[in-house]
Amino acid sequence: MNVAAFILVYGLSYGMVLFIISVGLAVTLGLMRVVNMAHGAFAAVGGYCAVAMMTDWSVPFPLAVLAATLATALISVPIERFLYVPIYQAGELDQVLLTIGLVFVSIAGLNLAFGPNPMPTALPRWLEANVDLGPLVVQNYRLMIIAAGAVLIAALWIVLDRTDFGARLRAAVERRGMAAAVGINVDRLFTVAFALGSGLAGLGGALGYQVLPLEPTYPFKYLALFLVVVSIAGLGNIRATAAMALLVGLIDTALRYFFPAAGAFALFAILIAIQFWRYRGAFRIWY
Amino acid sequence: MAGAGARFSPLLAPPRFGLLEALPWLLAIAAYFAFPSYLSFGSGILIMALFALSLDLALGYAGILTLGHAIFFGTGAYAAGLMALAGWREPITGALLSGGLSAALAVVVGFLVLHLSGLPQIMTTLALGVIFFEVANKLTSVTGGDDGLQGIKLDPLFGVFDWTVYGHTAYLYALAWLLLLFLVARRLTASPFGLALQGIRINPLRMQMIGSPIAFRLMKVFVISGSMAGIAGAISAQTTKFVGLEVYSLNTSAAVLVMLVLGGLGRLYGALIGTAVYMIVHHAAAIADPYNWMFVIGALLIGVVLLARGGLMGVGDRVLKRLARRTP
Repeated sequence: MNVAAFILVYGLSYGMVLFIISVGLAVTLGLMRVVNMAHGAFAAVGGYCAVAMMTDWSVPFPLAVLAATLATALISVPIERFLYVPIYQAGELDQVLLTIGLVFVSIAGLNLAFGPNPMPTALPRWLEANVDLGPLVVQNYRLMIIAAGAVLIAALWIVLDRTDFGARLRAAVERRGMAAAVGINVDRLFTVAFALGSGLAGLGGALGYQVLPLEPTYPFKYLALFLVVVSIAGLGNIRATAAMALLVGLIDTALRYFFPAAGAFALFAILIAIQFWRYRGAFRIWY
Repeated sequence: MAGAGARFSPLLAPPRFGLLEALPWLLAIAAYFAFPSYLSFGSGILIMALFALSLDLALGYAGILTLGHAIFFGTGAYAAGLMALAGWREPITGALLSGGLSAALAVVVGFLVLHLSGLPQIMTTLALGVIFFEVANKLTSVTGGDDGLQGIKLDPLFGVFDWTVYGHTAYLYALAWLLLLFLVARRLTASPFGLALQGIRINPLRMQMIGSPIAFRLMKVFVISGSMAGIAGAISAQTTKFVGLEVYSLNTSAAVLVMLVLGGLGRLYGALIGTAVYMIVHHAAAIADPYNWMFVIGALLIGVVLLARGGLMGVGDRVLKRLARRTP
């Protein structure tokens, strides 16, 4: 019982961090269809901003997270204008290459600004504290992440499925020319959507700086995880992204608990199996 | 899905060798005499050039989007290393057997990824690469884990040339492999098979309609490419006398892709030039700071995609064309 609850809480909080970052990617990669390998870089920028504000200027945690999210979204606007706009219509390979270039530049930049060592991951006292939930004692931080993630799932679902903005965005992605013809400013819409996606990455990086520790190679280190979550969830599907991220969090936590020797290998094997089951395409053309 | 602005002028590459084509090889031989203290670095360039060449066949010609080509490089490296440690110390057969193993692996991986295209193909190759890395990481009894394979010893090449610490033999050994396999690749891409591959990359549907056996051709080039990558890995293990986990990492797959694109996709020579430039920039910048080089390479990559389509070879083409126009 205790073990199950432990895995549930830690798996869910880990999964929520994955979700918050991955859902940003679900917007840029899933909805806008740009292969954004630099997504982890935006998450790293958010995380570093938040931690720097907390340690250097002793900004309170919630304010730091909020400011870091906004900062990441703002930073992403000129990047989108100058680097991403030219590749929206290009092939996947060009998109992969340009964004990998961006990852390299961001790693060098983070190292220059914050040094090569992992950032210290001290939490404010009220998050560090534990709360007694009956079957087990849980850190406030974990509960806070789960709550924040749950709120975000609802908010994003409303924004993308139920608002004018969401409808415009989906229209612009589906038929760019037609959307422009009916008077949607597609360029500006894409910029806003990209800022939303990157801001979400920043939020996830800032909230989850103790779940995914910050270091200069962060943009590359967790990239495969975010990409796999989004591509298996089905591009641009918010609810499936949430389900997949939580599933990955739970599976990974459970695997680490029961089979510490198997490591990330088992997780990726399961993910590939799901991928093939989804596409049902493996071996198809060979018959 | 055309590569980063890859352009092909004639339908089939000229069968005869141009004078300019001798240049990279003459440079490689000149470097052997000019920089005797940099020979191990030089063999590193030659090995990565062979690896990039293998990727050029799969990606530049056939348009297979792979972010997991290190699977084959790493498997070749571990195979060669383990073979030498087990007592099979003859280098050439060792490299060939390692390449054969990678080729067999390419058949299996090919079944999984070749029917995909675009994003799913990128993601699946990437995930497979991660799996191989993690398996190698966990199978410490075979791979040595973080310590890698150490103490690899080889018989003298042809029973005559000893493997010196200065790397004379290693450099020429790597150069010979590169030249040999480059000629194979050149012949291959100048054949109707090579032309069919380009057709498949540009428009698979049309190729299918004119009766081209797409699945078979993709598999064929993927296996050739995988075996070349495996041989490159084997040479790396044999010349550095060490195999580390890094051979399987996503970094390796990404780096070789960057090298190739920097030089120019679908040109064969792009693989050679791109690798040399990448490795030299890396070497020069990494002396100052291990992270600096990432900035330089990243900026170069962004520049290639946005400004210099077709990589350095493409830039060279444009310069030559402009010169030709100015002097009628």
